Amino acid sequence: MSALPPPIDRVAVLPQAQDDVFSPPKRGFFKRNESLILGGGTVFLLLAIWQAFWSAGKISPLFFSGPSAIAARFWDAATHGQLLSDLRYSGINFAIGFALASVAGVILGVIIGWYRRVDMLFGPLLTALYATPRVAMVPLIIIWFGIGMWSKVFIVFITAFFPVLVNTIGGIRAVDNDLLRAARAYCASDWQIFKTVAVPGSVPFILTGLRQGVALGLIGVVVGEMFGGSQGIGFMVAYGGQTFATDTLFVGVLIIAFAGILLTAAAEKLERHFSRWRPER
Amino acid sequence: MVKLAIEHLTKRYWRGSREVLALADVSLSVEDGEFMAIVGPSGCGKTTMLNIVAGLLPYEQGVVEIDNKRVAGPGADRAVVFQHSSLLPWRTIIGNIRYGMELQKRFDKHTMQERTEHFVKLVGLSGFERHYPSELSGGMQQRVNLARALAADPKVLLMDEPFAALDAQTREFMQSELLKIWSEARKTVMFITHQINEAIYLADRVVVMSARPGRVKDVFRIPFGRPRTLSLKRDPRFLEIEDTIWQLVEEKPERIGMTV
Ligand SMILES: Nc1ncnc2c1ncn2[C@@H]1O[C@H](COP(=O)(O)OP(=O)(O)OP(=O)(O)O)[C@@H](O)[C@H]1O
Ligand SMILES: [Mg+2]
Repeated sequence: MSALPPPIDRVAVLPQAQDDVFSPPKRGFFKRNESLILGGGTVFLLLAIWQAFWSAGKISPLFFSGPSAIAARFWDAATHGQLLSDLRYSGINFAIGFALASVAGVILGVIIGWYRRVDMLFGPLLTALYATPRVAMVPLIIIWFGIGMWSKVFIVFITAFFPVLVNTIGGIRAVDNDLLRAARAYCASDWQIFKTVAVPGSVPFILTGLRQGVALGLIGVVVGEMFGGSQGIGFMVAYGGQTFATDTLFVGVLIIAFAGILLTAAAEKLERHFSRWRPER
Repeated sequence: MVKLAIEHLTKRYWRGSREVLALADVSLSVEDGEFMAIVGPSGCGKTTMLNIVAGLLPYEQGVVEIDNKRVAGPGADRAVVFQHSSLLPWRTIIGNIRYGMELQKRFDKHTMQERTEHFVKLVGLSGFERHYPSELSGGMQQRVNLARALAADPKVLLMDEPFAALDAQTREFMQSELLKIWSEARKTVMFITHQINEAIYLADRVVVMSARPGRVKDVFRIPFGRPRTLSLKRDPRFLEIEDTIWQLVEEKPERIGMTV
């Protein structure tokens, strides 16, 4: 028998304690879907109250609308009206404008960020343009491009272009000095540094730019269609407003909001995918 | 045979119009296959010297030669292990280990693949090939850094306080790992550190530098054979050398006379 009692009792307690701390907690249905349930609940409750007021006739259809009226209008427009063609029209304008803005923004951003001289040449000009509210230029753009689709495409282009450009420039500039030095120590050429350090390092910045570009480009396409033309979701909203068809107006607004949520979520997903290497925040 | 020779190297920095003398007439040489450690107070120009040898900093006065060829920029004959791991955060461990080879284009694809696998194993990171640097501990990151340098197959390995950011235990572990790896790879090493016992434990010779401007104060030949174990650090002879170097480093410049 040893004089000292072995410290077994403590050791015996440990595994239990570890289990509690380190094994993933077993979570119920509610816990797993908590944010969805709570967030959806709020929306649902609000809709219910809104509908109750609408059904009770407390809301004038001249100034506002109700969920059931909007849903009915949506169904009608989708099956008999030109909702689908409007949606396609806006979608195509947005897609072309946004694609052009992304390509131009990334390419120019990379060049301006990398070459100091190019920045000196174009920096002040771009800052001036960036500071100008793009929406204020819409009438001018319509004078240039007419009321057809190309004026809309161009409006999307200039609204989405700047966030992509500015973020790309920032990303290329934010090159980590330690990485630069390491690359140099292994005899990297300028081109290799550009390819292996500057570009991959700026990917998260570029994606942030694209996400902001999506949001602004959506505003662009709607505003463009409101100012001139006879098609598209923006036109639908403007037309609904002019004719006091508040239900039509709401259908348009909700579609825009939904598109915004969807596209931003897609962009965020992309961002997260390409930032896997970043430490968890 | 002398691998690396530094003769009368003087380096000045310019801060606006103010001049900072970082290195003043430094001369030292490192033999082929030798492990040379350099200690000295903070700001004495150790990093400056290493960056000059790496070809990352220009120098105006003096001579820096590797294999009797003047250093005039980075080269595949040298590889650097920096204090901060400076790994590409968006590349996995194997991607980072092959990075140096990739830039230097000395090996074909197949050889790069083989060497990468070899050095992953050598630094003990098998199983972490697909991890990103942010998922590794500081010690593991420094192993990747070391593997990247070794995989590039340099003749001279330059290390600037590679273990400074590690805790004491990890640091000791990395020291003995480094010795193990070095005994296989047998590179010429220039190893900079703040820790005197680290320098003695690792090196064949220890260079002691004086505070700014950096000069070589003394060079100690470390008499211990290899392989060395960590218990060597408690050997009375080891402690004696450590004590001597301590006193030398702590000496105020005034006491040894700042002329020379
Ligand atoms: N880019 C620079 N411009 C101006 N002065 C510099 C520059 N880099 C280093 N110095 C100065 O040169 C001296 C030597 O710096 P160096 O970094 O080589 O010291 P060190 O011995 O590596 O120090 P530490 O042990 O703290 O890393 C310091 O006084 C520092 O202030
Ligand atoms: Mg230093």
